[in-house]
Amino acid sequence: MKADPRGVLTGTHFLDGDHACCEGALAAGARFAAGYPITPSTEVVERFAARVPTVGGCFIQMEDELAASIALQGGVWGGAKAFTVTSGPGFSLMMEHIGYAAMTETPCVFVDVQRGGPSTGLPTLPAQADMMQARWGSHGDYEIIALCPNSPQECFDLTIQAFNFAEEFRVPVMFMMDEVVGHMTEKVVIPPADEIDVTPRKHTHKSVEDYLPYSTNGDMVPEMAHAGDGYNFHVTGLTHDEHGYPNMTPQVQDKLVRRLQNKIRSAADRICLFEEDRLDDADVVVVSYGITSRVAQRAIDAARDQGLKVGKLRLITAWPFPEKKIAELAAHVKAFVVPELNLGQMVHEVKRAADGNAKTFAVSHAGGAVHNPDEILNTIVEASRC
Amino acid sequence: MAKGRVSIVVERCKACGFCVEFCPTHVLALSSAFNSKGYHPPHVVHPEKCSGCDLCGMYCPDFAINGTKIPQATAQQAAGGEK
Amino acid sequence: MLNILDNRLDNRPDNTPDDTVNPVEQFLRSDRMPHIWCPGCGIGTTVNSFAHALIESKIDLQSLALVSGIGCTGRVAGYVKLDSFHTTHGRAIPFATGLKLANPKLNVVVYSGDGDLSAIGGNHLIHAARRNIDLKVICVNNLIYAMTGGQTAPTTPSHATTSTNPYGTFEPAFNLPHLVEAAGAVYVARWTTFHVRQLARSISEAFQKKGFSFIEVISPCPTLYQRRNKMGDGLDAMKYYKEKSKVKHGAPTSEVGLTLNGEIVVGKFVDRDRPDYQTMMRAQYVETLGERYLGDEVETECVCG
Ligand code: SF4
Ligand code: SF4
Repeated sequence: MKADPRGVLTGTHFLDGDHACCEGALAAGARFAAGYPITPSTEVVERFAARVPTVGGCFIQMEDELAASIALQGGVWGGAKAFTVTSGPGFSLMMEHIGYAAMTETPCVFVDVQRGGPSTGLPTLPAQADMMQARWGSHGDYEIIALCPNSPQECFDLTIQAFNFAEEFRVPVMFMMDEVVGHMTEKVVIPPADEIDVTPRKHTHKSVEDYLPYSTNGDMVPEMAHAGDGYNFHVTGLTHDEHGYPNMTPQVQDKLVRRLQNKIRSAADRICLFEEDRLDDADVVVVSYGITSRVAQRAIDAARDQGLKVGKLRLITAWPFPEKKIAELAAHVKAFVVPELNLGQMVHEVKRAADGNAKTFAVSHAGGAVHNPDEILNTIVEASRC
Repeated sequence: MAKGRVSIVVERCKACGFCVEFCPTHVLALSSAFNSKGYHPPHVVHPEKCSGCDLCGMYCPDFAINGTKIPQATAQQAAGGEK
Repeated sequence: MLNILDNRLDNRPDNTPDDTVNPVEQFLRSDRMPHIWCPGCGIGTTVNSFAHALIESKIDLQSLALVSGIGCTGRVAGYVKLDSFHTTHGRAIPFATGLKLANPKLNVVVYSGDGDLSAIGGNHLIHAARRNIDLKVICVNNLIYAMTGGQTAPTTPSHATTSTNPYGTFEPAFNLPHLVEAAGAVYVARWTTFHVRQLARSISEAFQKKGFSFIEVISPCPTLYQRRNKMGDGLDAMKYYKEKSKVKHGAPTSEVGLTLNGEIVVGKFVDRDRPDYQTMMRAQYVETLGERYLGDEVETECVCG
């Protein structure tokens, strides 16, 4: 279906990434957000708080991130599309509820504008060191989707995509921004509402008698009902059967947890978005994401100027990890260069997916600034010689 | 003549004794019989005294018992089978 | 196994079918019975009062959602035939807040235990009361963390023995009615599981209020509180409640704190009116945005396609 025009600020704007993310959420149909202030993410909900009363919906500032990350899920079961926004320390506090959303299949979006850590770290400076936390931060086995925008325009476009994935797969989607992307201001074009595709909630049309809240057929994603619809359904974070009732046996656990993983893994080809450039003749592929992809672009251009055969693979989807793409490339390139604003996170995934068929070089950075393109260039040169 | 009667779901009972203790007219006692979980459910020892007030039902934490008022026409029957 | 047909325990005439239905049954997920609560646990008794309050208040059941946290009382959500949410530990109130804000037409009940609501969830409890979110909170207080084996809770009376204070607790306990009154609740009552009818009436009254209502129910935990403190079983606890409870409506909440063996002051302590969160929110937006305010009702058609 198409976007509700009330939420769409059609036109050409000059927006920072945080504000563009908010506009993306509104365009995607988000009408409820719960937040707790934290730098450098707060601008997203500040704008939402100003905009949403004129669109129809509400924002509440909760007492902490624990509250924000579960209030938004109450909002979803009440019928809204909902999200919350945070950064490192708050993201850590939200982990239990990411697991709850995964287990209860609550479609929602968690925006993490990454800053330097660990702990309070660098509140106003960038990092990309929450990438593994986004994937594995809650306990237990589960699968989520994570997207990484590299510009304010993408903060708009991909926030819509994040909501659409959340609804399609009934999964929490991590929107992994970083301080630079969140605070940089660029041109953002917001199309007319009728040009924006929005995935509707997978609401059941079954009768009350026929409805089983967690039964699936084929696509592994159950149909949802909202509180007040008359279905008298039960939702629990305990291991549950198709009725939604607690059933704590190894058999039910196996069936449920495998489905929660497989509904994402089996659709990975469709979920894994990436941008590629000059891969046809490449010996070396620079794999990057978020703000680092823009710094890497300069290094790639400089390397090409030197005659080095370098290509670009930019991860737009970080999770599920595009391991098929990496494996394909590994078969005919010499090496991957992976710059990221952390001391090595996604590089391990690249290495795993390359499976020894190509070398992997990390260009690590502890955060607080972006890379110097020369550091990436030097590693490209080193990788070309291997 | 009984104004009410008691209904017991034997298998749900956990023999806490709340119904026996708080029945205002002392209709009930725990029986010596066991249910399948090994609990002694209550049984009716003074059927004629039951007012159908349902306090036993209000107290029972296991939703295993409840009292109902008997419409007067059938009350006589319930009092102990006098025809 | 005892066969109910051969060995009748009720006083039904022999040739009549058992056509009586427990009025509580319609609110239960009967397919999930028997429940997990111990013999003599009071949680089930509170559910009876809740069910009777639903009948008395004639509340629209379709509009009713029930939210629990984690713990013995947290399991209530799984046993009632309502839209019911068993959330994470301590977070029933913020989940319920989101539910209510997204769909203001819902009547949202939070049904959880003392540890869940006042320890791990204590911050949410006071903030929800401060905001005066329109939630009905039923707090079953068994004075201990029961599900995990009887550890000291913020509600455990001083000198009680627990698994984590094996020589007796010495930290002061929360007086929950006092806490929530100070934080802003519009309706505050306390009963025990002995007071089944009074409790049902209080829950009905809370349904008539708009705003944050809090009903504390003192309830036996024979397995982990009574036993360790040599207080007998569930029935002994009930007799104690009967003997030691004093009904004092309107009692100053500062004077209703609980002690190990002392009097239990019960009654309706607070019943006042002040605008709830959503009323204040709408008034503020109407005043500042005028015509531009489009309301807070989420159009579910638009979400569901
Ligand atoms: S109150 Fe219920 S569980 Fe307890 S003895 Fe009576 S019937 Fe059994
Ligand atoms: S442990 Fe205590 S609170 Fe939990 S079910 Fe048993 S008696 Fe009830």
